[in-house]
Parts: sequence; C-alpha cells; structure tokens
Amino acid sequence: MKFKAKTWKFGADVDTDAIVPARYLNTSDPKELAKHCMEDSTNPDFMKKMTTGDIIVAEKNFGCGSSREHAPIAIKAAGVSCVVAKSFARIFYRNCFNMGLPIFESVEAVDGIKEGDQIEVDADAGVIRNLTSNKTFTVAPVPPFMQELIAAGGLMAYTKKKAGL
Amino acid sequence: MQMTITEKILAAHCGKKEIKPGELINAKLDLVLANDITAPISIKEFRAAGSKKVFDADRIALIPDHFAPNKDIASAEQCNMLRQFSREHDLSLYFEVGRMGVEHALLPEQGIVVPGDVVIGADSHTCTYGGLGAFSTGVGSTDVAAAMITGEAWFKVPESMKFIYKGKLGKWVGGKDIILRTIGDIGVDGALYRAMEFTGEVIKKLPMYGRLTICNMAIEAGGKNGIIEPDEITEKYVSKRARRKYKFYKSDKKANYIDVREYDLTGMEPQIACPHLPENVKPVSQLAAINIDQSVVGSCTNGRIEDMREAAKVIKGHKVHPYVRMIVIPATQEIYKLCIKEGLVDVFIDAGAAFSTPTCGPCLGGHMGILASGERAIATTNRNFVGRMGHPKSEVYLSNPAIAAASAVLGRIGRPEELK
Repeated sequence: MKFKAKTWKFGADVDTDAIVPARYLNTSDPKELAKHCMEDSTNPDFMKKMTTGDIIVAEKNFGCGSSREHAPIAIKAAGVSCVVAKSFARIFYRNCFNMGLPIFESVEAVDGIKEGDQIEVDADAGVIRNLTSNKTFTVAPVPPFMQELIAAGGLMAYTKKKAGL
Repeated sequence: MQMTITEKILAAHCGKKEIKPGELINAKLDLVLANDITAPISIKEFRAAGSKKVFDADRIALIPDHFAPNKDIASAEQCNMLRQFSREHDLSLYFEVGRMGVEHALLPEQGIVVPGDVVIGADSHTCTYGGLGAFSTGVGSTDVAAAMITGEAWFKVPESMKFIYKGKLGKWVGGKDIILRTIGDIGVDGALYRAMEFTGEVIKKLPMYGRLTICNMAIEAGGKNGIIEPDEITEKYVSKRARRKYKFYKSDKKANYIDVREYDLTGMEPQIACPHLPENVKPVSQLAAINIDQSVVGSCTNGRIEDMREAAKVIKGHKVHPYVRMIVIPATQEIYKLCIKEGLVDVFIDAGAAFSTPTCGPCLGGHMGILASGERAIATTNRNFVGRMGHPKSEVYLSNPAIAAASAVLGRIGRPEELK
C-alpha cells in the first residue's frame, strides 16, 4: 500500500463535529457526507480546494469527540487517500480500521511536513517520505490484530468468516 | 495477580482468570446499543453481511433520541430504519417516541444496564454506565453491526488511571464540576485509550446521578471508559431497577495504575468549559463578563431528575432574562413525569423557560435550540466544539445545572448566589 500526494495540514484535537457537523447526520450517504468534509474545521473550504488522492496531515488526537463513523466515511468518500497524525482518538482509530480508511501515526512526519508538501506514504515499508524536502520518517507499526483485520478485508468480512455467513 | 475493576470485568467476559493491559481480548457483550444517527449504518452493514438473525433480541437497544421526535424527513427515514429493523427482529429494547429517552439516561434508569456488565454503544457517551460499575465504551456503527451478529467485540485491555478526590464539595458544586476540573487538568487526550477510575472520599459520598455525569464525560478526556466501584449507593440505585442479575467488582488494593492523580476539592468553585474544547476550564468567577443568548439544561450528562431539581431550585421565583432563551429538556419520560409531579414544570414555565419532550436535540446542534451566528449558550451538555450547537460562529460554555439556571436569569454567566 503506497500513497503519493499533496498534503493538507490541520491542528491538534480536530473533532468529528469539525470533520462532519452533526447538522448533516440525517443521512449516512457517503457522497452527501463528503460534501461537508472538514466544513467546521480551520479549513472550511477544504472540499473546494482538495483533489482526489490528497492526504490529511494533523497534529495530536485527530478525530476526537463523537463516535460517528460518518467522519471517516466522509473523509474516504471525499477522496482523501489516507490520514497521517501524531495520534488518533480511540473510537476514530477503531472506526478507520473497521471501515477501511488508511491511517498512520508518526510524530516526526507531522513535524516534518508543511501544508502543500508532496509526500509518499509507504505502508509496507513503514515510512513516509517528504518528496518536497527530501526527508524520510518512520511510521508507528500497525498492531498485529489490526493487520489481521485489514488482511481479512475489514471487520465485517472478518465477522462474516467467523460467523460462517 | 492484582487487577483493577476494569480488568476484572473484562476478564470475566472473556473467560480468563487474569488479563493485562495491552492484551487483546474478545469479550461477550451484555448489551449492544445504537441510536438514530449511528444505527442506520449498522443496519446496512448487518444486512450487507447476509446476516438473518441477531445474537439476542433482548440485548440490542435501539433508541431514536438524537433527531427524534423526527426533526425532518431525512431524520424520519433514519428513525424508521430502526423501527423496521426492530420489528423484523423482535427487538424488545426498541424505544418509540413517547417511551424513549436520552439513551444514557434511559438505560440505567430502566435497569437495562447493570453493574458488572460489558456494554458497547455506537455513541461516544456510552461510557456513562461506568457510574454503575459496568465496563461500557463507545464504538462506531460497524462494531455494532458485527456485535449484533456475534454478541462479542474485540478490545485491547486499557491501562488504568486512578483519580482520587478528597475534601468537601461546596454548595452548587457536583459531578459536572469534578469531571470538568479533571478534563481541564489532563486535557482532551489526557486519558487516551485508558480506563479512568474515579475514587476517593468525595466519590464515595457522591449520589448516583453525579457518578453517571462524571463517567459520561470520560470520553471528553479521550478515555476508553470511566468507572466507579459499586457500593451501597449503587446497590440502592440498582436493586429496585435491575432487569438482570448484577455483580459488583472492586479493584484489588495493589492493582496497577499507569497514573494516580489526587485532587483536593475543598473550596472548588463551579467549573466552566469555555469554547471550543472541554479542556478550556475556568472557575465561574472568572467569567462574569460573558453574556449569553441561550441556556440549555438537559442531555445525557445533566438531564436527570436531580439536575432538573437543581435548576428549578435556583430559578424558582425568578424570571429568565429578557434577552435569553432557556430550554429545559428532561432526559426521559419518567423524569418528565416527576417534573410535573414535583411542580418543577410550573417553576420553569413561570420563569419563562421552554420545557421539552426528551431528546438530545440542541446538544449536538440537531434541533430544539440551534444557535445563530455570533450567539452564545451556556449548557449542561458535554461538548463545546466549533458548531456543536449550531452555527460555526456560535459558542457553547459547559456548566452544571445550577450555573446554567442562574446564568439564564442574569443574562450572563453567573452563580446562584448572585440572584436577588
């Protein structure tokens, strides 16, 4: 798994209300949710400016607050290829693995990336390369069980197999 | 091996004698919960997996409380998905409008969650039930979909943090102030991935509603769960309500904690979380210059009968400030009825406040009290993120019910002692 794209930077404690405000949660349609992705964040015009494949880079505790899976769904449906942050809030982290939005933890990468930098995330090698500044950073390894979930195709595929469906 | 209450409950639910933080377990669930915002995704996933049967029709609670009574056609469609799924699978714990309440107030009140349980809910405030001595945590919709099939969920056993509260609480100071003070201290990710165990002489004397308020906001510090050891206060609360057998677990004396924090609460003022994070906490006396447009008393955090009584006691005989809308929302029908019986509804309406049927409503900017651009609210709710109660340029200050009521009269943030 490799992602090569331009980055958009966000600060610390980006909450799920900023990622997709509750006023739009009267639907769970990914396309509808994507229209409002990051609307209440520090970059409300994110959807107008971003292009498919772009990468979100954020400080600590990305995705805090509500458990709404609509948040990672909106990010994925918006066309964001992956999210790199110093740390992720617990439920958001779990949701991403369950529904299939690739996320990566790296303090040094976040510190070493400026908005607009081109980066390459190499999940298999566990590194992030900043192609603009020519620096390489290490990614925190994905826990073995989470790797198993990804390999199975997400939590539902894993559950189907387990339940014999 | 010495274990914490969280470790003991999780161990008992995965058939192990001992478990350690960091260990991955598959736990049997006593209850699985979702609401009108999160359940639709769970239901779609459940169906997409080809599943025909839920693991147990009496252990899945579907509660339309967020945008219900239906606020618009799209919300009506979402609520209808819960209704149809519940009928299709004969779910005994579906709560229709008129019988429903705000989920985290309703389930403990009705004895549907009990001490010793392991509960997951597709709602981040599912951690509330730690107040009863249960392990409960918020998850996403896909986790709930899988759990509806298997009755199980995977967990990484969390490290535990211990919070010890000493001293004596002042007047108009309670559970909300304790948890806000704590979040202000450790920050919105201060307990990330961890169990927050609340203890000490203050907690041992704290009534159940205050304990539920504290555990409710564990997520606001990033916690996986909040928990309080059950005791006589718990026994008194659950013995008359419990619909299932319950079990009290206690932490061993030499259990391991990654962090232990002590607070002396003597002399602590009511605490307020300022925009736009629950960690921006200040004592009320520092905020007397903040004018407000709206005051909300309610939610899964502070919508219980004792919260209603506290707000009514403060506002009785006073009038809501001409420039303020006060909205009072009891969290369940039982609380609503008690408010009528005890004359609290008269107190609120005579003061010029609106009194509503149970709903999460304005807490998450759903309906029933949305803020316009530039408006400011004080609320007994749990989050003050940008746009949480309406326009992205509105503001929310979080407080206890007494402060929200006093502020409604004053037209600015203030204390009950300031009312003449």
